[in-house]
Amino acid sequence: MLKEITITVNGQQHTLEVEPRLLLVHMIREVLNLTGTHIGCDTSSCGACTILLDGKSIKSCTVLAVQANGKSITTIEGVAQDNQLSPLQEGFKENHGLHCGFCTPGMILRATELLAQNPNPTEDEIRWGIAGNLCRCTGYNNIVKAIQYAGAKIRGEELPSTEPEFV
Amino acid sequence: MGHSLKRKEDARFIQGKGRYVDDVKLPGMLYMDIVRSPYAYAKIKNINIDEAMKVPGVVAVVTGRDLEKYNLHWMPTLMSDTQMVLPTDTVMYQAQEVAAVIATSKYAARDGREAVRVEYEPMKPVIDPYKSLDPDAPVLRTDKEGKKDNHIWNWKVGDKQKTDDVFAKAEVVVKEQMHIPRIHVASIETCGCVADYDKVNNHLTMYMTTQAPHAIRTVIALVAGHVGLTEEKIRVISPDIGGGFGGKVPVYPGYVIAIAVSFLVGKPVKWIEDRSENLQADSFARDYHITAEMAGTKDGKILATRFKVLADHGYTDASANPSKFPTGMFSIATGSYDYDATYMECDAVYTNKPPGGVAYRCSFRVTEAVHAIERITDRFALEIGKDPAELRLQNFIKKEDFPWKSPTGWIYDSGDYHKGLLKAMDTVDYHQLRAEQAEKRKRGELMGIGLSTFTEVVGAGPSKDFDILGIKMFDSAEIRVHPTGKAIARFGTKSQGQGHETTYAQIIAEELGIPAENIQIEEGDTDTAPYGLGTYASRSTPTAGAAAAVASRKLRDKARKIAAYLLEVSEDDLEWEPGKFFVKGAPEKSKTIQEIVFASYTNHPPGMEAGFEATHYYDPPNLTFPSGAYICVVDIDKETGAIHVRRFVAIDDCGNIINPMIVQGQVHGGLTQGIAPAMYEELIYDEAGNILNGTFMDYLVPTAVESPKWETGHTVTPSPHHPIGAKGVGESPTVGAPPAIANAIVDALSPYGITHLDIPITPFKVWKALKEKGAI
Amino acid sequence: MIPQSFQYESPGSLAEAISMLQQYGEDAKILSGGHSLIPMMKLRFATPEYLIDINNIPGLSYIREENGVLKIGGLTREAELEHSDLLKQHFPIFADVTKLIADPQVRNMGTIGGNLAHGDAANDHPAVMMALHATVVATGPEGEREIPIDEFFYGFYMTALQHGDILTEIRIPMPPPGTGSAYHKMERKVGDYATAGVAVQITIGDNGVVTAAGIGLTNVNPVPLRAARSEQALIGKPLTEETINEAALYASEDCNPSSDLRGSEEYKRSIVATLVKRMIHQAVNRANNS
Ligand SMILES: Cc1cc2nc3c(=O)[nH]c(=O)nc-3n(C[C@H](O)[C@H](O)[C@H](O)COP(=O)(O)OP(=O)(O)OC[C@H]3O[C@@H](n4cnc5c(N)ncnc54)[C@H](O)[C@@H]3O)c2cc1C
Ligand code: FES
Ligand code: FES
Repeated sequence: MLKEITITVNGQQHTLEVEPRLLLVHMIREVLNLTGTHIGCDTSSCGACTILLDGKSIKSCTVLAVQANGKSITTIEGVAQDNQLSPLQEGFKENHGLHCGFCTPGMILRATELLAQNPNPTEDEIRWGIAGNLCRCTGYNNIVKAIQYAGAKIRGEELPSTEPEFV
Repeated sequence: MGHSLKRKEDARFIQGKGRYVDDVKLPGMLYMDIVRSPYAYAKIKNINIDEAMKVPGVVAVVTGRDLEKYNLHWMPTLMSDTQMVLPTDTVMYQAQEVAAVIATSKYAARDGREAVRVEYEPMKPVIDPYKSLDPDAPVLRTDKEGKKDNHIWNWKVGDKQKTDDVFAKAEVVVKEQMHIPRIHVASIETCGCVADYDKVNNHLTMYMTTQAPHAIRTVIALVAGHVGLTEEKIRVISPDIGGGFGGKVPVYPGYVIAIAVSFLVGKPVKWIEDRSENLQADSFARDYHITAEMAGTKDGKILATRFKVLADHGYTDASANPSKFPTGMFSIATGSYDYDATYMECDAVYTNKPPGGVAYRCSFRVTEAVHAIERITDRFALEIGKDPAELRLQNFIKKEDFPWKSPTGWIYDSGDYHKGLLKAMDTVDYHQLRAEQAEKRKRGELMGIGLSTFTEVVGAGPSKDFDILGIKMFDSAEIRVHPTGKAIARFGTKSQGQGHETTYAQIIAEELGIPAENIQIEEGDTDTAPYGLGTYASRSTPTAGAAAAVASRKLRDKARKIAAYLLEVSEDDLEWEPGKFFVKGAPEKSKTIQEIVFASYTNHPPGMEAGFEATHYYDPPNLTFPSGAYICVVDIDKETGAIHVRRFVAIDDCGNIINPMIVQGQVHGGLTQGIAPAMYEELIYDEAGNILNGTFMDYLVPTAVESPKWETGHTVTPSPHHPIGAKGVGESPTVGAPPAIANAIVDALSPYGITHLDIPITPFKVWKALKEKGAI
Repeated sequence: MIPQSFQYESPGSLAEAISMLQQYGEDAKILSGGHSLIPMMKLRFATPEYLIDINNIPGLSYIREENGVLKIGGLTREAELEHSDLLKQHFPIFADVTKLIADPQVRNMGTIGGNLAHGDAANDHPAVMMALHATVVATGPEGEREIPIDEFFYGFYMTALQHGDILTEIRIPMPPPGTGSAYHKMERKVGDYATAGVAVQITIGDNGVVTAAGIGLTNVNPVPLRAARSEQALIGKPLTEETINEAALYASEDCNPSSDLRGSEEYKRSIVATLVKRMIHQAVNRANNS
């Protein structure tokens, strides 16, 4: 039996008829064709599917589309405003925070909430804060750096150097 | 060169505009899901598809019997072994493909899969590779005529007699048995494809997660040529790849089934595997059981090594090695040390486990080799009571001795091992750490310092030695410069995150003086890119990168001719500086590369071909030999066994560096993939062949919390034979990190008589070892 | 991984939810945070025919103190527990435990009610609730009833909740002065279920004598376990290394772990002993500093 739901996605309202079992991630990817949200696992472990649901970062593979009825979601496609990259998008690009890019949308959305709650996190808080997002490529050093950079940008402070540091 | 240019490819990835295989959606596309075997070894008695066919949306269920009609039920592996696409009567490992359900949606396909009923008659599997050689072990590959045992091949290298003699006379001999565990590349994107067969034009477009699109096109033609799919009718497109690491080199049955189904129904078919399918069925890496021995003198001179390997290949030899190298480059196991006696032997066996043996971020078995030599070197140091750093400095091949011929025949092109290790020691203040350790030991606290000073061998490879399925392992670049001076360059390799779009552009920019931002790089479409063997084994910079440099130089030669013509001087009177030719002694008389290119289309010298394009297939004269010196410091909680990596310093030498930021990023990533098998990851099977940790809940990929803050640096010893002196770096850290970590942990535990622990070294393993030694 | 089809209901009141649960009986499941249930449905280990989503019932999410009792609504998310100032002040154990449950995204969805109702000895809250001597409030067709935490967990994935019951509230006595609490678990990597976990709450009287102790153990028993002998070893005596060692020993003896990928039975017992000691020390430190 199909259910009618109304969801605001990246500022745009959609009314859809969906199967109750439709996972939110599939609604985003398959129904709305927003393919920036990825799927990396089947046990809610990897965070590649992370989006914001009413501002909270969640794993969209473990939420039903019907649960998002009446709510508003942000996917990676909705992060840049008026063609202006968000501080995190800029941070990832400037600090080589991505290689293959598959984990990146989830990382950025997770970090968006992290910085919203705590714009000046310690390195430890950042690492624990992205513990639900696996990246197989970067070794995380530069993801941490990217988030620190974005934090500085949000705080309006001088931006840290984006040059690689070598011993 | 040497400039940390920000990556050109990032703009799309950070805005969700990457295009991965699962993002491909074609009109009328069908979805495929796969029924898999719950048993490691069983006869298939019956496959009942009736209920599945009743599921709304299901259009077909395909079994081995269906494929058999078209002779598509078997395929070759890259090692010229054979592998079932779908079984007709027997399953050989758990999670093996048994049937494919095709439906109009992903959801219907999964419902259909649940409704397929398969009746099995389980048989007793062979899981332990040692037992697979028992005389009474059941012969698994009954499909191979005349096969009487589970032995695949035997390989040996070195001088047995000489080595045995040295061992017999040596003052000190040490020996350890080690297992390099079966692991998985676990790229965050799993594997998948969209097979799109166009009946009218008899043409297949295959979008797939592959690191080697051209080689795959050839393999498809070999498998399906007899049904009319010949190579010119096949286009393989490898779009953005969400991490490959060697796991996206093989041809998996799912790809072939998708092609077969698309061919039969004439519609596009998408197959995307789940993570658990990926972990449980796709190619594993490593799984070498190694007996390592070292002989030397009491004062620390290494005299000889001996390695005996048992390689568990699972159901078929589906590793991805160059044809002549069934153990890959394992023979690099003599390491960075100067001695001349070694003997190595390897036996490969079949078991009822998934096939594989891929070069996971590793130039074909170098990880196994480096682990063996670096661990046994530490074991030797421990035996004679010498500091492992001192012992290494004593035995290193000296800088002036390069090129150096190893006892197994490799010609190490260049290196400065002393410099690298001294830099690493300096960075961590090695002697201070040892003093701290001595203090802690008095108090019974566990602190360890581990080293790994490895030599890598990458860039396969010289075509006289290296081929895959007979295709020589060159790689290619094609550069086209447009009249306005902007360029597009295409390559036979395929980035999976390595940043080719940036690095290749930088190489061409360096050689031709066209700004990197004006050079578009394309890979992964076999219709447009020149033939190449793909990206794995750190070969892209050594081969395709070199091809880019050589092709650029061809263009520069042409540019010189055009400039001479335009400036009305002789070619010899011209001098090059990046971006322009000028007349010697009269620098105001010059032509920029853009002017020259424009002239090549509008005003080229009579008799010269118009245009500004060059292609080069680069066949390297030798491999390159990157090296590294890594130091790891750990603190261990005695009561729980918990291991804290306090510091990890990696000094790499990959020759000249094109983009330091990208090189460093590769090192960071590889280090995390090094700590993974050292402390967390292993595919574990029980005696019945059931995988015990086939999901991300239990297959423990490190997060940002487990991954330490890496400290990296480099020394630069250019490759003498590579056009730009680069050596390739992608896998050094994956190769070098595990022994540094293992050595550090064993160093911490050594006061209690512990001389070796197999990776992954978990808190539980540490605790158990301490308990057994009565330390707690 | 895709769940089997089901019918979805989203009642707007407790009464409506309870009547739906009664109507659909055994075929219905409550959906709270969904982060135990949906993973199981995706694997088709759980195949409910009806899903009753309680997320749209107002008034089930709160953390407040009333007459010496801490009250937490069943639908309160882990993230809310993690960041609550009230909890930080009186129950530092919540900051300990939430940080170790899964990851931030899961904690944005997962609820304390679901964590307990799931009845999984691998979950972390059961041990904490034991240490804190909590009471669970179940609301069913007959109204509310209080279930002491010691009577809540029955068997493997089984609790005292009956069909038609909704776990609506958790009640925890506010701790007297001189109380401290702590939780830690050994895990293979962050976000993992516990190899073994220990929750401790301890109250020290003015004279240095332990007046109350609660110790709960995670994932070392088929059902969540109270280390009762350990508590008794502490209560009524001054805290010494000796009593602490005794408590540790009893806990390691009284649990019943099984050998698995996380370690052998012996290892887990040893971890229990070590963590009991460490958590007592940490709880006492906090008591002294409060
Ligand atoms: C990747 C991952 C890692 C995790 N790691 C941990 C961990 O380390 N430690 C840990 O403790 N947990 C862990 N969890 C589980 C997580 O905390 C769950 O959120 C929690 O166990 C269940 O809470 P929920 O609100 O999500 O419940 P749901 O999944 O909605 O429900 C769970 C069960 O309880 C029933 N139920 C739910 N609410 C009620 C209610 N109010 N009344 C009656 N019955 C109810 C449901 O019908 C269902 O049977 C992990 C989960 C994931 C996905
Ligand atoms: S796909 Fe959602 S957590 Fe992995
Ligand atoms: S960049 Fe590849 S997984 Fe993170």
